[in-house]
Amino acid sequence: MKSLAKRKDSLADPKNQLALFNSGAFANGELPTFKQKVSESNQYPLKPTKLEIFQVNVGYMCNQVCAHCHVDAGPDRKEIMTTETMQLCLDKLKESGATTLDLTGGAPEMNPNFRWFVEEASKIGVQDFIVRSNLTILRANKKYYDLPDFFKKHNIHVVSSLPFYKRGKTDKQRGNGVFDDSIKALKELNKVGYGIEGSGLQLDLVFNPSGAFLPGNQAELEQEFKTALKEDFGITFNNLFAITNLPVSRFLEFLVASENYEDYMDELVDAYNPSAVENLMCKNTISVDWNGNLYDCDFNQQLDLKVATKGKHLSEFDVEALSNRQIIVSQHCYGCTAGAGSSCQGSVA
Amino acid sequence: MQKTYYDPKDLKDFGKISEWDQELGEKFFEYYGKVFEEGALTAREKSLIALAVSHTVQCAYCIDAYTSDGLKRGLEREEMMEAVHVAAAIKSGATLVHGVQMMKKYDKLSM
Repeated sequence: MKSLAKRKDSLADPKNQLALFNSGAFANGELPTFKQKVSESNQYPLKPTKLEIFQVNVGYMCNQVCAHCHVDAGPDRKEIMTTETMQLCLDKLKESGATTLDLTGGAPEMNPNFRWFVEEASKIGVQDFIVRSNLTILRANKKYYDLPDFFKKHNIHVVSSLPFYKRGKTDKQRGNGVFDDSIKALKELNKVGYGIEGSGLQLDLVFNPSGAFLPGNQAELEQEFKTALKEDFGITFNNLFAITNLPVSRFLEFLVASENYEDYMDELVDAYNPSAVENLMCKNTISVDWNGNLYDCDFNQQLDLKVATKGKHLSEFDVEALSNRQIIVSQHCYGCTAGAGSSCQGSVA
Repeated sequence: MQKTYYDPKDLKDFGKISEWDQELGEKFFEYYGKVFEEGALTAREKSLIALAVSHTVQCAYCIDAYTSDGLKRGLEREEMMEAVHVAAAIKSGATLVHGVQMMKKYDKLSM
């Protein structure tokens, strides 16, 4: 499978995705827009709280082409953050006062400047330094085999995707062989202490549904994952984050192609939980793309919805202006307010 | 007037049955919610039972609801189909076991 961008699919253009959100049931009033829904509970406009998380997408290149990927990542994506932009990230991170640095992609490890960035960033001493790893990259090539030790050396908090604790569902969503490689990678992480009680090395897993439905209860899923991975493979980890698939990029393509789009949006609207709004990740996060542009979250980044401030790039980074901005919303935001809510750290309500 | 008996959207309006009899409607939903809470059986096991029963009572709404519920709980297609076969086996067994009554009646009446 190739990315939407490579296939020149119409959904590769964020404008077409946004046009879809503003048509059909949302245009004829059958379903309320996200703005209308949030207004009902007097929570519009969404305003940021204190900036805590500095999330950097270091590029869209990935060794996998997952069917649900909201980034439309893949081996054919060539967008890669340069060291100059990384240095700018580090400068602005210090200025921002954020306590968490969160590296994502694509597969962030595939950026040739990844290790330099981690080494430089770890000197800053943020409280929580996250790297989002798809696991298979750790086994994709010998040059990545030492990454568990590298992560350990820099006290990285590893957050890894594993759609399910059995082969079938995982491989269907992520490709053949992904499950076996992920298990091998988890064992390597465990071997150096990740996810082992008392080691202080944090290994969290991310679960997202393998289809057009919402995730189940996060605590129940975590228990099932822990039991199954321990019994079947002797693997341990810390927390499981259950994340809702947002109707963006390839997951949106799947929804449209499988004729699930309308029902899925209906389900998201139906599951709207006003109490999840308070803790939305866009409130305490700034998302930076490979080119240094600023967004409210990684989803807005993929929809090319840059922050609603004068300075939309790291070079114009202004903490004060950002803290007074209005967060940009559209219908995809229903994905983060459905049920128990969803963020890069799992449920929020 | 709608042209089909079933409309999937009716499931969303299930709660509206309380509008015509609030007390009984509320009691039903309270009971329903309580039944599906984690107890001696896990919520996952209850979901599978509900899926099987949905097939025996041939409730299209329930099949939709408990297929979705099973997916959310991480149930796999093999587990779900086995549950449906359990339901089918009981239903066909219930038909077939009455064959004993038929045989006895036949033998009693025959010379």
